[in-house]
Amino acid sequence: MTTDVLDNVNTHEHAHHDASSTRVFGFWIYIMSDCILFAALFATFAVLGHNYAGGPTGKEIFELDGVLIETFCLLFSSITYGFAMVAMNNGQRQLVILWLAITFLLGAGFVGLELNEFSHLIAEGHSWQQSAFLSSFFALVSTHGLHVSCGLIWMIFMMIHVYRYGLTELNKSRLMCLSLFWHFLDIIWIFVFTFVYLLGVLNG
Amino acid sequence: MDNSHIAGAAHGTYKSYLIGFILSVVLTVIPFWMVMHPTMAPSTIAISILGFAVVQVLVHLYFFLHLNTSSEQRWNLVAFAYTFILILFIVVGSLWIMHNLGYNMMLD
Repeated sequence: MTTDVLDNVNTHEHAHHDASSTRVFGFWIYIMSDCILFAALFATFAVLGHNYAGGPTGKEIFELDGVLIETFCLLFSSITYGFAMVAMNNGQRQLVILWLAITFLLGAGFVGLELNEFSHLIAEGHSWQQSAFLSSFFALVSTHGLHVSCGLIWMIFMMIHVYRYGLTELNKSRLMCLSLFWHFLDIIWIFVFTFVYLLGVLNG
Repeated sequence: MDNSHIAGAAHGTYKSYLIGFILSVVLTVIPFWMVMHPTMAPSTIAISILGFAVVQVLVHLYFFLHLNTSSEQRWNLVAFAYTFILILFIVVGSLWIMHNLGYNMMLD
């Protein structure tokens, strides 16, 4: 528990506190700029989403049951990351690593399911080359998947950091940034789920 | 560990995360069910599922990202509000311009 004592010493230093607060705010600004990126991709999808060029519509190719499982992977991973943050605030290092590992598995499950969906679509000839609808679909959904994959890599590093160096002030603010990133990706997924999949099946 | 709080963002409890999670599950399953078993007009379903999405985003912002109006969160909220306006410009503007283009070129 030596690290816990060190933690308390660090937290008392206001310089650390301010630096960490600025870091988290800076990361929030990055997330806002990422929102703009996704807004552009959603706008593209909204404009091009009905140009099927003789290819399939959303209704013909989307399998909503699989998408619902993907959605639940992300939802469960959001709450398990939340539990990691609660454990972090309680100073429970082992528990933080355990919840991060569970979050990682759920996130990996999501990426796996998405890649499986993509490979099925491409195998059936419905790749991004077929129509403007599919181009904008792949651009939007795979950008989200790429973000989740980056989050997973980051999570591996955080597990190693917490395991080796404990819940230091620096690690805590890093975990806080990853928390914002992870929950932000879940919010983007709500829009993907609603606009791309549900409305696609409804109107296709 | 009363001083383990990280400035710059608020944090939740097991209870608040569970409440957010349960609300999210409900707000995901209802629109999914509405699309899988359509009993209403498509336009009614479309507006309802958009409503559920907006509510779920608010639930996530409050319970998971802990965005609120406290002074510590004020700049996060200002940045978010500004981003929201930019998103409106990008999305609504693109749709408007491209719709006009399609109309004038008689593509529709």
